[in-house]
Amino acid sequence: MIELIDTYWLYFLLGQYPHGPLGGLALTIVLASLGLLLALPLGLLLGLARFSPLPWLRLPVTGLVFVVRGTPLLMVVFWAYFFLPSITGQKTEQFSTMLAALVLFDAAYLAEIVRAGLQALPKGQMAAARSLGMSHGQALRLILLPQALRPMLPSLVNQFVSTIKETSLGTIIGLSELSFIATAINNQVLVKPLQVYGILALSYFILCFGLARLAYALEARIK
Amino acid sequence: MPHLDFTALLHGQFRDWLLSGFLFSLQLAALTLVLALPLATGIALLRLAPSRLAKAIGFAYVEGVRSVPLLVHMLFWYFGAPEALPVALKAWLYTGNIEAISAIVALSTYTAAYMSEDIRSGLRAVPRAQFEAARALGFTFMASMRLLILPQAVRITVPPLISQTLNLWKNTSIATVIGVAELMYQAQRVESASFRGFETFAIVTGAYLCISLLITALAWLFQQRYPVRVAS
Repeated sequence: MIELIDTYWLYFLLGQYPHGPLGGLALTIVLASLGLLLALPLGLLLGLARFSPLPWLRLPVTGLVFVVRGTPLLMVVFWAYFFLPSITGQKTEQFSTMLAALVLFDAAYLAEIVRAGLQALPKGQMAAARSLGMSHGQALRLILLPQALRPMLPSLVNQFVSTIKETSLGTIIGLSELSFIATAINNQVLVKPLQVYGILALSYFILCFGLARLAYALEARIK
Repeated sequence: MPHLDFTALLHGQFRDWLLSGFLFSLQLAALTLVLALPLATGIALLRLAPSRLAKAIGFAYVEGVRSVPLLVHMLFWYFGAPEALPVALKAWLYTGNIEAISAIVALSTYTAAYMSEDIRSGLRAVPRAQFEAARALGFTFMASMRLLILPQAVRITVPPLISQTLNLWKNTSIATVIGVAELMYQAQRVESASFRGFETFAIVTGAYLCISLLITALAWLFQQRYPVRVAS
């Protein structure tokens, strides 16, 4: 066990970096952070569109959100793998493929959180703002969103935890994130699968459980 | 846009592959549901039990399982766990469908962790005074749970459990990583044999969506038929 960690810890944390592309735990964290960061504005826009009074905006977005939420993430990853090259005209590398899939998938989930936050507010708020002469956009920006988004903060940390777990699917398309590196190590060592995958599970546990506790503490502070 | 042709996929071998994958995914989900529900109930009861040790075990299970991606659960149960078994048992397992067994173990333990949280919050939504009143009238812990708390909690608990079933249905796709011949695995197989990627993925996405839609409709129907009703 000690020997295993001693030989492979750097590979586990960084992949082939600096002699090759970044991988391992570092890539998992970079991918999850970037994914969530890019999904936030998209999710907000989609959530607002879901809340919009205009049917030509609301209905297609509702459809999109439903389709994305009804399909497995792996299916979205395959679509990205398949579709991105035909849009951009060149072969897309695994990192961009996985990132695109994560952004779309997370945005659809965030959109529902935003919409639920907006709908949970008393109906009179929008009516009062409109009757004071504000436009729909102003009412959202100045009155509704500030109230709807604040309780979202702890659920954002939880969303980050989900995103970290989702990045593990990169293994299937050959992206060298943490799970892929662990599988590569297992293929080299061969005789210690229990230890290799045990350490892999433990690493995710430390990362995700730590963050979940942080979300819990944040929630307690807000209340 | 390339020319679309679904005919090759809707006849002969390719159709059979996709259909068998679809049925296998359904079986995986159904079997997991049957195994996960009692496990989840047990864990939820552990977390609510009066003993501190029981609480700690329940908490450790839920947090431990939820903090690790399902894909890693699959890899662990398929590649790792069999190594710890006695040789005879291992040999016997490898004569059967070890991929499917590992996938079901991973899916059941993973789904149970999420479902136990829904069951626990359903049980807690019933006012505590009812439980205390039951105990004061001489009901045991189990009897008050079975006769008073559970019947009321079921109405609160079923809708989130149905939405966990939706997650379970989508999660079966991850079993492809250990080579279980479910829908996603067959999709990859058909795609590489037919070179009809767009059509294959369109059909498979449609299949996933159909079942998702069905489960969503079920949740809606349940809430219409059995709205939450808690005596306060």
